[in-house]
Amino acid sequence: MIEERFPGHPILPYLLILPSLAVIFVFLIVPFAQSVWGSFYVTSFFGDTRVFVGLSNYLDLFKSPDYLHSVAVTLFFSAFVVLVGLSASLGIALLLNQKISGLGIYQIALVWTYSISPAVAGVIWALLFAPATGLIPWLVKLVNPGYTLNWMTNGALALFVVSLAATWKMLGYNIVFFLAGLQNIPDELTDAARVDGAGPWLAFRHITFPMLSPTTTFLLFMNMLYAFFQVFGLIDIMTQGGPGNATNLLVYNLYRDAFIHLDSGRANAQSVIIFIVIAVAAMLQLRAATRKAAYAR
Amino acid sequence: MTRKHQLSFMTHAALILLVVLLAFPVYYALVTSTLSFREAYQYPPKMLPGGEFWHNIQDAWIRARFGRLFFNSVFISLVVAAVKIVLSLLAAFAYTHFRFRGAGFLFALSMITQMLPLPVRILPTYELMADFGWINSYYALTVPFFASTTGILLFRQFFLTVPRELSDAARVDGAGPLRYFWQILVPLSRTNIAALFVIEFIFMWSQYLWPLIVTNTADMRVVQIGLKMLIASEQIAPEWNVIMAGTVIAMVPPLVVLVALRKSFAQGIAMQSEK
Repeated sequence: MIEERFPGHPILPYLLILPSLAVIFVFLIVPFAQSVWGSFYVTSFFGDTRVFVGLSNYLDLFKSPDYLHSVAVTLFFSAFVVLVGLSASLGIALLLNQKISGLGIYQIALVWTYSISPAVAGVIWALLFAPATGLIPWLVKLVNPGYTLNWMTNGALALFVVSLAATWKMLGYNIVFFLAGLQNIPDELTDAARVDGAGPWLAFRHITFPMLSPTTTFLLFMNMLYAFFQVFGLIDIMTQGGPGNATNLLVYNLYRDAFIHLDSGRANAQSVIIFIVIAVAAMLQLRAATRKAAYAR
Repeated sequence: MTRKHQLSFMTHAALILLVVLLAFPVYYALVTSTLSFREAYQYPPKMLPGGEFWHNIQDAWIRARFGRLFFNSVFISLVVAAVKIVLSLLAAFAYTHFRFRGAGFLFALSMITQMLPLPVRILPTYELMADFGWINSYYALTVPFFASTTGILLFRQFFLTVPRELSDAARVDGAGPLRYFWQILVPLSRTNIAALFVIEFIFMWSQYLWPLIVTNTADMRVVQIGLKMLIASEQIAPEWNVIMAGTVIAMVPPLVVLVALRKSFAQGIAMQSEK
């Protein structure tokens, strides 16, 4: 419960939160409500007539093989970014947490990648994998002269490369948070476990990892948001959803329907579907966070 | 060597390897930005810098009008970071120092920002910009970003740790809440302000989708879109040396911000993960 520190100012707190709430209301809540509303309508190509169609935009989406394919691509991509990214960065953070000398230098040397934008990551990985001329296809050719690595024609490879690039870009961010979380765990706890004869793995599994779970759930959620939305620039620069539809993430499909195919009903329905996925994830995260926080105390 | 020393040696070796591995793509990009067009296509690929860096930077600068894009990106990132800091400070002050009707509900409403990222409201937000006449303006590039969940949470967390005696003393001395806020609370929050500045500057600098749809002339584009234009302008073989020079330009400002404020940033993150 918040203590009143300045009694006798009944209006002031409302004035203080007004600017934030006004922005949230005008640019977030109202447009989102319009997305929901618009998802029940079909608008003609020229935007002059609007017909109520109920749930048919949603039904069309779930009957469309292209959309279902986009769902599958997004599932693979986000699972890759979240699982590979979080395990790698947790491993690195554990190494950093070994009471080693020069921690500050390592921290800087690993964390700076946080400042790289998804679009920049996309350009750099496009360079590394540039068909025929890039470094990695060249290396592959050295090892296996008969094989040409070309991610612009190989859909599975393209999906793998964009997943790798997106995961790489988030490592710095994840390491910062994992390391901060690890440093908040009191040494006495793991020391006590060691004294009781637990090896490093047991101590990690039964003490470090559970104590870290507020950080882990937070990062799970942030990485999911990242994999769903913030990678738009990376995809637009690297593949534009191709080859074929191999890297056509939901956010990219939404962009195309909204601003290239100008199919507003369909685009709004996609917005709402994405929202439902996030809302469920956010609730799970919140539940895990509150449960574990109580446990950690 | 004792076992402990061996262990620490192996930890260092592993960490150095990881640092090199993680940094390699950027190193390779940097090297490419210093090569001539012909050198960028030579086999085996060059691993050491050449002498064409400034030439390539000039090329990128002129071809994608990077001067203007650079200004736009810096400007919108500074404005958005600054306004977000002020608005979150004000809101966090209200939620931690006052009891008022609906506080819980309104706080939950401010937290909703995180659940409503641009793609779940993209078309109506775009149409709103059109209704306001904001398409292709700095308003569209900044105002819709002004609310910050991260900021409110960060400052709220910190304000709750400020001892009550400080505000009581201020009150006894006759200072009103706003005076206490500006003269005591805000200066105390320096570290968190710097941390939030890093987060929001980088966040805004990286924006891609929104600038892509709300701007439609070359002089309102941002650096991230400039990279795309640099790639798309190529006709036959990509001029990787020039593209990478543009990439270097796009990497520098957020990196400078992060390195300059790294101590505050690390402290801010540590604070945020102390629940």
